[in-house]
Formats: sequence, C-alpha cells, structure tokens
Amino acid sequence: MPYIPVASHLPGITGLLEYRMDTAAPIRALTQFLLRGPNTLSEGERELIATIVSNGNECQFCTTAHAAAADVLLGNPSVTNAVIKDHQQAPVSHKMKALLEIARLVRISGKAVTDTAIQAAKQAGATDLEIHDTVLIAALFCLYNRYVDGLATAMPEDPSYFDQLAVRLVQHGYNRLPQGYDHLKK
Amino acid sequence: MPHINLPQEVPGIRSLVMYRPETGKYLYELVQLLLRGESPLSAADRELIAAYVSYLNNCEFCYQSHAAAARCLYGEQKELVDEVLQDFATAPVSPKLKALLVIAGKVQKLGKEVQPEDIETARAAGAGDRDIHDTVLIAATFCMFNRYVDGLGTTTPEYVSDYIAMGERISTIGYVLPNQSK
Repeated sequence: MPYIPVASHLPGITGLLEYRMDTAAPIRALTQFLLRGPNTLSEGERELIATIVSNGNECQFCTTAHAAAADVLLGNPSVTNAVIKDHQQAPVSHKMKALLEIARLVRISGKAVTDTAIQAAKQAGATDLEIHDTVLIAALFCLYNRYVDGLATAMPEDPSYFDQLAVRLVQHGYNRLPQGYDHLKK
Repeated sequence: MPHINLPQEVPGIRSLVMYRPETGKYLYELVQLLLRGESPLSAADRELIAAYVSYLNNCEFCYQSHAAAARCLYGEQKELVDEVLQDFATAPVSPKLKALLVIAGKVQKLGKEVQPEDIETARAAGAGDRDIHDTVLIAATFCMFNRYVDGLGTTTPEYVSDYIAMGERISTIGYVLPNQSK
C-alpha cells in the first residue's frame, strides 16, 4: 500500500507524478532532455545507465521499466541482462563500460567517483559532456528510486504493464501524455 | 579539481548549471518549487531537511549552503539548525519535524528503508500526506544534487564565511540561475 493516496491505476512513479504535478513538470522535462534529447550517447545507452543505477538501488519498478525500455531501444534483451549482471563483462563498448562504472560509483556516493574512473572513461574516448550526462542521469535515478520506494508505490499487478510502458517510453518519452492517463483505468 | 572542464570562478552546483544550462534550468525550477513553492512545510523547515540530507551525504557545498539558508529563514531561532544537525532527537523542534527528519534520513539511505511505522509516527505527530510527500521528495532530490555536485568534483568556497552570503541570497531571492542574478 502506498503511504499517500495515489491513483490505483498508476503504479510506480506515474502515480507520484500525477499526485504533485507542479514538481513533476521539471522532473519530466529534465528526464526527457537527458534520456531523449540530442546526445552522443544513444537512447539505449542512456537507458542502460538508468537501469544499472535503479538495480543497484533495489528499485524494482524503475529497474524493470528502464530495462524494458533499453531492451526495445537496443533490440537485444541480452545486453541489459549482461549489464545488470556485470557491466565489465557485458557486450558494450569500452567507453560504455567506463561510463557505467562511473554511474555505479555515483549511486554509492558522489564522493565515491575516483580520478581513476574518470581517467578510464576519458581514455576510452568519453567527452566531458558524456561524463557530465552520465553523472547527472545516475544522480537523477537516485532521486527517482528513492521517491518511488520511499513512498511505497505499488508494482503493477500484470507484468505485461512493463511491455506497454516500454513502448510508451520509446514512442512518447518522458513528457506527460497530452490526454493524461485515464485510459489506463481498467 | 573538477573532473570535467567547469567554469573556474564559481563553486558547487552553480558551476554545473553554467556548464549545462539546458539541464540547469529544470534543476533550479525543481528546487525552487520544492523549497519555496506551496507546501504545508515552512521554507525554513524545508531548507533544514535539505541541509540534513546533504550533511548525511557528506556533501560540503550543499550542506553548508542550505544550513546557511535555513539559519537566515529561522531568524532568531537560527541555532536550531546546528542543534538538529548535531542530534535532532534532543533538538528543540516539534515531534512532527523530528518524525519527518527520521523519514528524510531513511530516504537518504535508500527508499526501501522507510517503514510503515515511520509514516505512522509522522501522522500521529500531525503530518499530512503532503508533509510526507514533500519530505520524501526533498530528501530524494538532495540525494540527486549531492551526487551531482560531488560526482563531478566541483569546487567548494575557500572560506566557510562565504556561505553566509550564499544563504542570504537564497533565503531572499530563492533559486535563480547564475546568469540571471547578480
């Protein structure tokens, strides 16, 4: 049971973003820009950063949602699974391994990010902007994961919810749907 | 030394939002709404929650600047801020604020740490849905800001007294992007 009254047809973050809509607007806009805006990291790569952080924070809703979105965007579910298991052994570029390592450290603490980790990313070809965006995406998911679990939001009853959510995140991104979410009511 | 090529002349979050204004504008909009927008919690109490979470995350810049802002907003009661940061259990604040600080401290560790008993204690002390929501979201937001500020190795002001002016600025004009304020 969520700790505050959120709409029962909106599990996870969706109900919270509808509960307080003024703060939801910049949170959504920030996420849309970071995960879908123009970037030298692909949308799939950015979803992998969101996934590894959410998994580390043990946030089931966010992990499942962003893994599903990454799977659709990467076109190959084995990549996300491998990243969750051990990003250093996953079939991603050296640059992505180094950026995922930075994301892993940011999740622990901002202070945990070492010069060594930053140098490894730069040597693998990461730009300052890519490092910046990796850190901010990782930090943003430390917000989301705590918001979602700190208020004990619900998981969807039907696991196929995440397939539909992944399609929505790929097709529409993170902006609020213009028609709202009443169509999700059973 | 910052990990990336940030503007040299400004510390902390300000160097980051100048580096990437496209994300900075949303970050400032969020913190302005959360700490100054409509809420059952006073601006001073909200700054205190931000300072407390930043203190637990060991983020010097955020902790010092929000503690300074909270001191300004509490005015004559400014000593509360340091009493709470040292040990809020014995600090002269309301049972409701104490219960909300417990929740904020748990959110700082991990979302899952917040237990139904913590929420019940807060409600029994008079906290409503929005008090609880806003506390959790402020704590979560500062877990983002603290990681952003420290994860990129931003600089901190040379003197602790530099935070006094910062606290005065954000307690009067709020959160305004560096290129839009003097």
